[in-house]
Amino acid sequence: MFDFLDGYDVLAAFWMTVKLTVISALGSLIWGTLLAAMRVSPVPLMRGFGTAYVNIVRNTPLTVIIVFTSLGLADTFGVTMGSEDFAVQGFRLAVLGFIVYTAAFVCEAIRSGINTVPVGQAEAARAIGLNFSQVLRLIVLPQAFRSVIGPLANVLIALTKNTTVAAAIGVAEAAALMKTMIENEAQTLAIGAVFALGFIVLTLPTGLFLGWLSKRLAVKR
Amino acid sequence: MKLRKVTAAAAAALVLSLTATACGGDDGDSDSTDSGSSGGGKIKIGIKYDQPGLGLKEPDGSFSGFDVDVATYVAKELGYKPDQIEFVETKSADRENALARGDVKFIAATYSINDERKQKVDFAGPYLLAHQDLLVKADSDITEATDLNGKKLCSVTGSTSAQNVKDDFAPKANLKTVSGYSECLSGLQSGTVDALTTDDSILAGFAAQSQYKGKFKLAGLKLSNENYGIGVKKGDTATVDKINKALEKMVADKAWDKAVQDNFGPAEYKNEPAPKIGVIVK
Repeated sequence: MFDFLDGYDVLAAFWMTVKLTVISALGSLIWGTLLAAMRVSPVPLMRGFGTAYVNIVRNTPLTVIIVFTSLGLADTFGVTMGSEDFAVQGFRLAVLGFIVYTAAFVCEAIRSGINTVPVGQAEAARAIGLNFSQVLRLIVLPQAFRSVIGPLANVLIALTKNTTVAAAIGVAEAAALMKTMIENEAQTLAIGAVFALGFIVLTLPTGLFLGWLSKRLAVKR
Repeated sequence: MKLRKVTAAAAAALVLSLTATACGGDDGDSDSTDSGSSGGGKIKIGIKYDQPGLGLKEPDGSFSGFDVDVATYVAKELGYKPDQIEFVETKSADRENALARGDVKFIAATYSINDERKQKVDFAGPYLLAHQDLLVKADSDITEATDLNGKKLCSVTGSTSAQNVKDDFAPKANLKTVSGYSECLSGLQSGTVDALTTDDSILAGFAAQSQYKGKFKLAGLKLSNENYGIGVKKGDTATVDKINKALEKMVADKAWDKAVQDNFGPAEYKNEPAPKIGVIVK
């Protein structure tokens, strides 16, 4: 029944998927938060940059971004990401691409969370003499984050599945192994089902846990 | 409750239209009669669209390549004129399913015969013996397979060639895998990789393209044996026999040699002589 799995390290491939997901998620959370701060800041230049970045990146297909990191940055401009080894290089380039892309969605989710915080909160914070970054750090963002765990969970699940695009630049993750297995074993449906199940195992608990968390942490207004 | 009525009507219409298309999916252009001569029917043949010299869809919608020429010749022997042929793209991962579903009558798409695939489909041929080789810059000094371990190689994710590098002849090589061979060429031109590796027939097709003329050359290493066969639905032995006869005739009347010359000529590809039908070189 499952003899086509012999000789393939499916777990290692999914471990690569997990690594891609976790590192990209952390990176895009940081970069996305900075972008959101830019988009609500009082400085017109920052606001303009944030808006332009989100609109350009959000409307570029992920495949184009990932392939560009390989063909554009690595092949044409000679960006090696600190390693001559193609396996490491591809991984880092892919993470870079995922952070660039996912941050735009994280930014928009956080910005919608900022909009749920009543204006009175920010006004009160200004009134006791806090500056812009303190208002954001101490008053607004903590409340905003609590209300956007749901949307961020969606972004994380999308990111998990998006990591399959890294196969296009040769990162040895789940989708790349799936290609290899289909090439050798000629069993598209069975192999496809195994990998689909693998992704469900990754994303379903994530979704359930974060759904529970968002209910628990939601700001009751 | 007007809305509910409208929705129900819409749903009914949708269901009806779906069943109607399900029945009308086959509009009679797949010729399943085994009479050999077709009464104005069409034949669907699976090829690759993205491999210059083997199977390529040109910008004007025409098709070119050695696989295409072989497929056209075989179709002629089965009784179909060129205008009755409908070429369908069958990517590597999709070939077995396309045959099992009956989407195509046969497949000529750099389809190497191996034991796993033989369990799923039947093969006519082989019609070409290719070898895994390297495409290098014209001024490169790589001539032997001995020192590939220190080289930067490029191939396609999941392909047999990429696996051969890892498992057999250069496990320590720095291997970059991408989604298409043409992407390797950009790295080869800029020098980020030393060589692109896959079947020499595919490499010859790329090297023969006008924009790359004189830039690259084949290293001429015979790293593996790839017996290209024509895939046919499992159990359709009648078609296999007919295709084998057609291939034998193609070799006998020199059309095979001409097809090789037309498609690989500019790359100075030293092709193997036409393989004997049913003889698979391991």
